[in-house]
Formats: sequence, structure tokens, C-alpha cells
Amino acid sequence: MSNEKPNISRRNLLKGVAAAGAVGAMGGFGISSVLAAPKTVNMGFIYVGPRDDYGYNQSHFEGKSAVAKLDWVKAFDEENVPETIEVVKTMESMINLNGAQVLFPTSFGYFNPFILETAPKYPDVMFLHCGGLWKEGYPKNVGSYFGYIDEPVYLSGLVAGHMSKTGKLGFIAAIPIPQVLRNINNFTMAARSVNPKITTQVVFTGGWSNPVKEAEAANSMADQGIDVLTCHVDSPKVVIQTAEKRGIYSCGYHTNQSVLAPKGFLTGAEWNWGKVYKDYAEMIKTGKKIPNLIRGGLKEGIVKSSPYGKAVTAKAKTHADAVRKKFMKGEMIVYKGPIKDNTGKVVIPKGKSYAQTDIWLESMNWLVEGVIGTTKG
Amino acid sequence: MPKLLESFAIPAAALLVSVILFGIFVMIAGTNPIEVMHSVYIGAFGSWFSWQNTLVRASPLMLTALCTAIPARIGLINIGGEGALVMGGLCAAIVGIQLNGLSPMFVIVSMVLTGILAGGLWVLAIGAFKYYRNVNETISSLLLNYIAIAVLNFLVVGPLHDPASMNKPSTYPIGKANMIGDIGNSSIHYGLIFGITTCVILWFAMRRTTYGFAVDMVGGNLRAAQLSGLAVGKLILVTCFLAGGAAGLAGMLEVAAVQGNANTSLNAGYGYAGILVAFIARHNPLAVIPVAILLGGIHASGGFLQRQFNLPDATTLVFQGIIFIVILASEAFYGRLRWFKPRVSTA
Repeated sequence: MSNEKPNISRRNLLKGVAAAGAVGAMGGFGISSVLAAPKTVNMGFIYVGPRDDYGYNQSHFEGKSAVAKLDWVKAFDEENVPETIEVVKTMESMINLNGAQVLFPTSFGYFNPFILETAPKYPDVMFLHCGGLWKEGYPKNVGSYFGYIDEPVYLSGLVAGHMSKTGKLGFIAAIPIPQVLRNINNFTMAARSVNPKITTQVVFTGGWSNPVKEAEAANSMADQGIDVLTCHVDSPKVVIQTAEKRGIYSCGYHTNQSVLAPKGFLTGAEWNWGKVYKDYAEMIKTGKKIPNLIRGGLKEGIVKSSPYGKAVTAKAKTHADAVRKKFMKGEMIVYKGPIKDNTGKVVIPKGKSYAQTDIWLESMNWLVEGVIGTTKG
Repeated sequence: MPKLLESFAIPAAALLVSVILFGIFVMIAGTNPIEVMHSVYIGAFGSWFSWQNTLVRASPLMLTALCTAIPARIGLINIGGEGALVMGGLCAAIVGIQLNGLSPMFVIVSMVLTGILAGGLWVLAIGAFKYYRNVNETISSLLLNYIAIAVLNFLVVGPLHDPASMNKPSTYPIGKANMIGDIGNSSIHYGLIFGITTCVILWFAMRRTTYGFAVDMVGGNLRAAQLSGLAVGKLILVTCFLAGGAAGLAGMLEVAAVQGNANTSLNAGYGYAGILVAFIARHNPLAVIPVAILLGGIHASGGFLQRQFNLPDATTLVFQGIIFIVILASEAFYGRLRWFKPRVSTA
């Protein structure tokens, strides 16, 4: 890859030159309003689940739909692609049959080995993976992007802390991996900053998409007197609907689920991929070099909160909005010692703090004080 | 000879009917059926790239289809291919990790044998429950799938977890040297050769040996088989072992040719897709090969359809479902159509 701009294939460059020439020629006939040669950017999106799952995959589909509105972008996608050799074939098919210049395989498990092995075979195509796994030494045409969604989760926790009457919150999670644990911890710490007696009951369902277990967990939590539910699974639909049915509050995740729970929905943490994808499209169009790693939180506009539900009190809103401002200014530090885990061990001593971008936080394997549950699943 | 013609003509006619029904379906969905069928062809078989795409998807289906097709010949409806695949892949990965560093040939052969053994014993248990305790094999094989997946999930986050695989729990890798590569310059891994070879071997065993004849006899009439002194129990166990071994081999290939370790993606639904292949192939191991390629092609073109026509992914499931039902319905025509009856001389 000696070329500085790996995103423009030679063919498209030629097309552009030819079109510019044609415009010039037409100028002679009086059509001079055409300013620049139109250049389409072909973008391919791949999801591990259905487009309309009210969750992770839908958040990416919404991002794709937003970028597809630009008239110089051709966006196409494929749903339900498993993390096997099938994703390799899907990527190659998008390149060979649709002329994709940039691919967004969005599921975590697509990265290693599938993207890492396919990318070197297609040096003219950019492979941008959602998950922030990029490291120095990986192929040059591979990049990753991810958001600090634990920031809006913190805001959800604040609202939950204000709204809970029983002081018991419930968190239904897929598997005990660092990203999930961080959300549970943020949610709990935020709620406990409102009321230090609050506890969060955690249930791990063992899989990203396990609707039966999610419903069982949600119901048993409602039975135990838990009055705010949230979750980190691929599709929060079942959890939010069950909470609504049982007459308790819920906080969303991935996308806006307020339509599923018109009474009990408080707020939620959402991805804002539309912005990320439009930025990428712009970079490709103008031939800017694409950074290998893009990360950000509320401040960078990569994540956001869902609008407050009807039930949320003014006090809760004011508090959450104040903390949101601190996040927007980059002043908010969640992991500031002293912090104990839920076995009583001090994990972050007094005086020590970890900023949002600190890599140490990405190997989190503990649950904060106030969480009922273990990382053993 | 007319019988052979019949076994080609009826499925071909059924396929044609399926294509027409599917065409009506996409027409209702608001797309041009001719264009859709043309795209299916382009996406599945239209170029060397598409062929490779199809064949890669077909190879695990051949092996998991055998897991249903072989027991069906002895009268058992086994849908435990997913579980056997998972166990085969998991155990093969464990062996591969342990032996990593030894000669790759030795490691790969050990993994193949482990995969077959693990999958084989898994389905053998289903046969044993059936024979000794009269447990319904369809139910037990389905439930054992969940147990296998749970065991896999437990081990990849627990005792076998590689700490480097933080956000996608996996076992340690089996090592690059122990991976089975691609055939020549293509992007098709050697799993295809394993799949075709296994289909041919099992076809020979089922159709050209006394063992296969005995199996058909038990499947055709259990009482008659017992009366003629066949060791029914042993036949059931051997048949189940062979079936499970095929699916276990598919699991081993997923680990050694695709994933490089065992993780939850082993449970990607190949076991269930194999059931469909087995029924469409009417449980003939040789017919499994073209049927798996056909379904692989439908899968391969599914993505292209989504992108060209904005059709949902479920479109290919509808196509598969239509084929499945029409093929099953077409069973009723075997032996009933006069064209395929041997001419009886009236003299």
C-alpha cells in the first residue's frame, strides 16, 4: 500500500476524471451548472441478527439508513450473518458483486480471524469494525470504531436511582465480559450516588439472544420487588415489554425503546451510528485518510440518551442533565477511588482515578459494591 | 431403469413447482420474479466466485445431513446434528490445543478422530436411550443439542477460557500450523473433500454392504428383522455412531478450517439446516451431495437478494421451506405414476 488514499480505487478515480471531462465538454453547450463530478461511495453493512431487533443490529441499520439518504452514497446491507466463514463470503460478495469500497461488519466476533484474514486480500477496500479492537500491526486497511456507551448508561442509572421506590434495581446481562460489567458498574454507581442503599440484582442469561431466559429473569425480578429494570443483551425488547407488563420502570439500551413501554420507560443508552457513518462517508468522498481507531462518548456524539419518559420527575431530569453537561465537557470521571468490589476488596484505592479512555478499564472483571451477583455467571 | 428415472424426475418436478411457488411469493412481495431468480442464479452459481461461496456453505451441510439421513434408514428421526457438531468441535479443539507443537499431520489426524469419536458417542447415547429405555429419539436428540451448547458455553467462559479472548469468549487457539487450509488457489477449505468422501463412503456402506441391507431391514420392518435374527441393538448403536461421527467431523472442520478455536459460533445452525438437506435428499447419502450444494447456493444468494432487492433475510428461509414441503408432498407420487411403471407385456 504505497498509495496514501487507500479508499479510492483506480477505477473510480478514472470514472471521476472521465466525468469531469464530460462536464467540461458539456460546458460548451451551455450546461455549466454541474459543479463537481459526482462520485458514489459504496458502503456495505453486515449484521449478526435481524435489522428490526429493537437492539444492537437495529442501531446499525438505523445508522445505515441515515447514511443512505446522502445521494452520493450507495449503502447496502445483509442481516443474520453468523460469525463463521459465512461472513467472509458475505464481505467478498459485497466487494465482488456490489463494488463495496468500505465494509462495516458490525458484530464483535467478525474481527478475528475473519476480517483480519480477508482484509489483506483486498487492499483497496476499507474494513471498519465496530468494537475498538484495532491495534498497531494489523492490516493498514482495517480500522475500528466504538463508543463509550457506559456514559449514557450512567445517566440511566441516575434516573433509575431517583425513580426507584424499593431501592432495588435489576440488570439482565448476556455474558460477564468487560464491556457488560462496565455497564452494570456504571449503572449501579450512578444510582448509588443518588441513594447509597440501592442494590442492583444481576442475572446473566449466558447468551446474546435468549428471549425465554430474559423474560424469566425479568419476571422473577419483578416478583422480588425490583422496580427498575435494564439490560445488556442484543435485543432489549423482551425485557422492556415484560417490565411494562408488570407495571415497573425500565431503562433502554442500544436504540430507543420508548414505544415498547409508553408508561414505564424512563430513558436509555443509545448508539448514534448515523453520525459515525456519515463522517466516514465524508472522509472517503473527500479522500481524507481514515483513522484506524475512532472512539468517543457523549461529547463526540457517538452515543446519546433516549428522550425521558413521561414518568421521570423534574428532579431526576435536572440531576441527569447536570451530569450530562459534565460528560460533554469531559470533566466527569466515573472510576475515581476509593471503589470497592462487591466482595469488599478495594479495586481502586483512594486518590487513584481512571479516565474514560484508560485501557485498564477495558479488562474489567469485577462488580462494584452494591451489585448482587458474581462474574462467574 | 424407469425406477431410476423416477427418482430423478419427481424431485426435479418438485423443484420446478417450488421455484414457481417462490416466484409467486416474491411477486406478492413486490419484486419481479424473473429478476429474483436470475439473481439467485448469479449469487449461487453465476461465477467462479459464487461457486466457491456456494461450496464453502455446502460442506458442513453434507456432514450434518448425514447425521439425520443415516439414522432415518434404521427408522430413527434424529435431529441431534447440532449437538454432535458442537461436541465434535469442542473435543477436537481440546485435543488440538493439547497436542499443539507436535507434527501438524499428527495433530490434524488426532483431531479428526476425536471429532468423529465425540460426535459419534453423543448420538450413540441417543440410540442407546431408544433401544434400552425406549426414550423417543427425536425428543432426546433435540434436548441433547441444548445440553451440548450449554457445555460449550460453560467451558469457553470457564475452564477452557483464553483470557486474550475478552469480549468473545473462546478456547485457546489450536495453532496456525494445525489449521486445514484451502484447496489449491480457491477459497474453499478441505472440508468439502471430507464432506463428499464421507457421503460416498456412507452411501457404499448403506447400499452395497450386508450391514446396510440389515439397517434397511430394521428400518423397514423391525419385527421381521428381529425374527430373522438380526442384532437390532448393535445395528442401532453402530448406525447412530456413524451418524454422530459425521456431524462431529463437521464440528472438527469448523474448528480446524474456519474458527481456529472452539467458541460459541460452533452453534451456527448447521445441524438444523442438515435436517432439511437429509429430508430433501430422501435420506440417500449420495443425494445429500447435490442437495447440500443446492441449499448452499440458496444461502449464498440470500445475501445478494437482500442487497439487490431489499428483501428480508427470511426470503431464503421461505424458499427453503417451500422446497421442503413440496419435496415431502412429492413423496406421495413415488410408484403411483404410470410413466415410470415397467411396461408389462400384454402378450
